[in-house]
Amino acid sequence: MPKQLLDKKEIDRTLTRISHEIIEKNKGTEGLCLVGIQRGGVHLAQRIARKIGETEGVEIPVGSLDISFYRDDIRIRKKQPTVSRTEIPCGVDDKKIILVDDVFFTGRSIRAAMDAIMDMGRPALVQLAILVDRGHRELPIRADYAGKNVPTSKAERVEVLLKEDGYEDGVVLLQPGEDVP
Amino acid sequence: MNTRILLKGKDLLGIKDLSTEEIMLLLNSATSFKEILGRDIKKVPTLRGRTVVNLFFEPSTRTRTSFELAAKRLSTDVVNFSGPSSSIVKGESLLDTALTVQALGADLVIIRHSSSGVPHMLSRHLRASVINAGDGTNEHPTQALLDAFTILEKKGRIEGLRIAIVGDILHSRVAKSNIYCLRKLGAEVRLIGPATLLPRWFGEFEGVKVYHDLETGIEGADVIMMLRLQLERQGTGFFPTTDEYFKEWGLTKKKLSAAKPDAIVMHPGPMNRGIEIASEVADGPNSVILEQVTNGLAVRMAVMYHLEERKEE
Repeated sequence: MPKQLLDKKEIDRTLTRISHEIIEKNKGTEGLCLVGIQRGGVHLAQRIARKIGETEGVEIPVGSLDISFYRDDIRIRKKQPTVSRTEIPCGVDDKKIILVDDVFFTGRSIRAAMDAIMDMGRPALVQLAILVDRGHRELPIRADYAGKNVPTSKAERVEVLLKEDGYEDGVVLLQPGEDVP
Repeated sequence: MNTRILLKGKDLLGIKDLSTEEIMLLLNSATSFKEILGRDIKKVPTLRGRTVVNLFFEPSTRTRTSFELAAKRLSTDVVNFSGPSSSIVKGESLLDTALTVQALGADLVIIRHSSSGVPHMLSRHLRASVINAGDGTNEHPTQALLDAFTILEKKGRIEGLRIAIVGDILHSRVAKSNIYCLRKLGAEVRLIGPATLLPRWFGEFEGVKVYHDLETGIEGADVIMMLRLQLERQGTGFFPTTDEYFKEWGLTKKKLSAAKPDAIVMHPGPMNRGIEIASEVADGPNSVILEQVTNGLAVRMAVMYHLEERKEE
């Protein structure tokens, strides 16, 4: 059995805390737009937006961002999903963009996401929210809102499983060769 | 987990060689590239540092421009070699030209040639990926892909649609690529044209029917694809005069009423107005001809992206 890092309740509490931190740091919800990075970040962005909306009584726009065209490893990565949708209904100009991703690792995806956002316009600011930080950064990027810090080896994998994809909510640490149960 | 699909071959030579999954992979990605084309900054860094060479041995403005722009939108460097201005007129062989292009560092070679099979021959000699931009009367795969993309966008599906292809089927590589593509995606294909330009054996393709009368052929059609009458490729004697051709096979508003009211009318361009299509139809509400041009960019970006993606470092 793979080691469980977070269970259903812990994920929910973590997302609640992150949503409160976002409101606090931005002094409200004016101009906020949550953008989930395909595919892992999109459902999390929706959940956080819902929580912020419930707390503040407003509707927070949510977008999705596919970074395939901005990667620096198109010829290296063999296992990645097909190209998904990019859709940011509120636009990015003068918005406070909160990028949301599931696992924070080398930082290369976030670099790609920032480049993609910048190509779409000029946001007022960009912040980063992540559920699990597993270390091993290769770029000088940090998260503004972090769920759980987990020390890992480079060979291990961290998978965030969500009910939107047909799993029971949970975060697991997989050893090389191990697969999602 | 969503496992990634990759194109199987290093080249895109024809739709005939593609699986349905490969076609759908390209069409799905084209949707994402189309989103980029709607932005203020219509460029992504995806293929930065790669080199694309356009080798056009046959006059073409729109296809060459479309490939060139698609390549530039992906941040590649593009070089154009076209017939009359290059060493082709100095007597260099086709293969020597292509090998020279490869020695210059081309990753993708886009070729158009008046002889069928030239892209296939080059693909055997080049390490670079070869994209067929039209070879003789054989295939024009990116045109079929952009047509399929346009139909999907307008109709939401291709399976089960009645799609009529009208005109000079015999000389048309667009028709051939479209027949392969639309059949693989499950459409009912009807071919319509004069017997001289539409031999009976086309009816031997499974799911393809041949008609020689325009209004009968387009009856109940969801999509009508008009082909350009390729006056430069034809000898004489296929039909009496262009006026008479228009009278029988030209699409007018009146004849269009035999198709479904929401049928879309397509044309790969350049159009011969008043020969195969009336202006009232080309510029009318059913026409999606200009959208095809925009979609061509998105589809060609998808093709280049996926051909590069499958290469290993």
